[in-house]
Amino acid sequence: MAIAVERPVEGAAQAAPPPRRRSRSRAEQRAATAFAVPGVVLLLVFVIGPAVVSLVLAFTNARLVSPTPPEFTGLENFQRAFTEDALFRRSLLNTFVFAAVVVPLQGGLGLVLALLVNQRIAGRNLFRTIYFLPVITSMVVVSLLWRFLYQEDGLINSGLSLLTGGAWAGQAWLAEPSTAMGAIVVMSVWQGVGFHMVIWLAGLQTIPEEVYEAGALDGATPWQRFRHLTLPLLKPTFVFVLITITIAAMSLFVQVNIMTGGGPVGSTSTLVLQIVQKGFQQQQMGYGAALSLVFFCIVLALALLQRRLTRDGD
Amino acid sequence: MATYRAPADRRRAWTYVPMTALAAFFLFPIVFMLAASLKTDHQIFADMDSVRAFLPVGDLSFANYAAVFDRVPFWRFLGNTLLVTAAVTALGLVVNSMCGYALARMRWRGRGLVFGLVIATLILPFDTTIVPMVYLVANLPWIGFDGLTPVLEFGWLNTYRVQIVPFIVNAFSIFLFAQYFKSLPKGLEEAAAIDGAGWLRTYWRIIVPLSKPVFATVAILTVVTSPATWNAYLWPLMTVQSEELRPVMVGVQYFFQLDTAWGEVMAYISMITLPMVVVFLVFQRAFIQSIASAGMKD
Repeated sequence: MAIAVERPVEGAAQAAPPPRRRSRSRAEQRAATAFAVPGVVLLLVFVIGPAVVSLVLAFTNARLVSPTPPEFTGLENFQRAFTEDALFRRSLLNTFVFAAVVVPLQGGLGLVLALLVNQRIAGRNLFRTIYFLPVITSMVVVSLLWRFLYQEDGLINSGLSLLTGGAWAGQAWLAEPSTAMGAIVVMSVWQGVGFHMVIWLAGLQTIPEEVYEAGALDGATPWQRFRHLTLPLLKPTFVFVLITITIAAMSLFVQVNIMTGGGPVGSTSTLVLQIVQKGFQQQQMGYGAALSLVFFCIVLALALLQRRLTRDGD
Repeated sequence: MATYRAPADRRRAWTYVPMTALAAFFLFPIVFMLAASLKTDHQIFADMDSVRAFLPVGDLSFANYAAVFDRVPFWRFLGNTLLVTAAVTALGLVVNSMCGYALARMRWRGRGLVFGLVIATLILPFDTTIVPMVYLVANLPWIGFDGLTPVLEFGWLNTYRVQIVPFIVNAFSIFLFAQYFKSLPKGLEEAAAIDGAGWLRTYWRIIVPLSKPVFATVAILTVVTSPATWNAYLWPLMTVQSEELRPVMVGVQYFFQLDTAWGEVMAYISMITLPMVVVFLVFQRAFIQSIASAGMKD
């Protein structure tokens, strides 16, 4: 790689003497500013800006289109969210339940898949490709496809009926409050687990072979080797997988938007769905911003947790 | 020899059982989608309770695909998605890599502040600011042209730029670039400066050619995970009302109706899935590598 350094740069023939240190550092300041400015401006306008606006709007009654200017309303939006808005509280609960189920399921299955395709066996690349295929499929597509599979006369029911010899009566999975969220969980794991398989796999491949050889010499069984060698060495990967799945799970939106619209009776409504419905569709921007702020605080807490966990690992 | 190896072989053979079962679990919806897209709605439901659901058998035709073209301006949608994806990815590579370069290898006042800004926005999911973002882009100025006269306009709704510009910068991309540039050997810039090359030339002629892997990684992660590229859905749904600017994923809305024509739906979602699957199969190694390196950032 370092060979490229020796490649002659155009204009090398009339090479000037090394520039004086002071002028170089001033030139460096100018150049660095020019390099960083486009990114910094875009970051300020489209990331920091909306975050600050959100922080301000959350304490007002602003509407997306309104003849009257927004008024400062203090904590009213938050009060409304946590005391009056039953659908919001339900959505918050749903979001946490979804995350609590999806995180161990997806993280665990991802690790199992990674262990399977990490074996030295023929065809492991083919299996890895197949397990990864849903990740390449857009969540929009996946949601529509599974909506069809989950229908009362859909493939899931006919499959279950076939397996039980006709004993399974069949049900509309997404239309029942008791099964709708579970159905979305299964589909979300199906779509996302390949992504985390790859991350686990990268973690597994950082473990040197000698560690296992030493373990085998000490007479450790495969389970002991997994429990006492593999798992501890995977800790950094573990934290990353945990936090990325959790943040993604907390952002649950597309699936419910396409499959259930948050129903039946609010059983699949989520935090982001509420933000979009209140803040955008019902144009209550101040209220939507307040809900966004709640969401932001949760994500921030998770990020701080990640920093803490990784620091402990050092 | 054969008897000696038998136990290991048998154990190995057994691992194919769960692996194959899992492969079936991950493949069955996709195979079903492709098979159903070729069948009439009547046949889709008739085949549902047998293995025929997964097989291209019976009265097959491309009628569903033809019907898709009647229902949505497919090529227009696909063109929009490709244009926005290419623009967000290409501009993102330039802007984020230059910012990452300044952070990683240059000494300047304000560097610490900008680095703090990048780290602070690293974890901010796009959904948390989506409501004020809509408000913001509805009021942003832009210099348009009336003939040759520049005109100051307000509002970005219903444009390509609203689908592109807000998503160019990405803190995670800047971070990945900065990490990679830091790993390059020291002294590259000094050598180039002695040869009389300025910063831009050094960056373009020396740093970029040495950094192809990170450019590939960021490009792939942008296409696969950005909310504005191939998978763009919520944002264009909220900000783009005119049909001729819509991307493919928003096109699924055209198939929501009381009596869903499932054959057509399966055809449409096959059409918007297969291009990406083909790209993935061709560049598979790079895809896997990119995602793996995203996880290795700590």
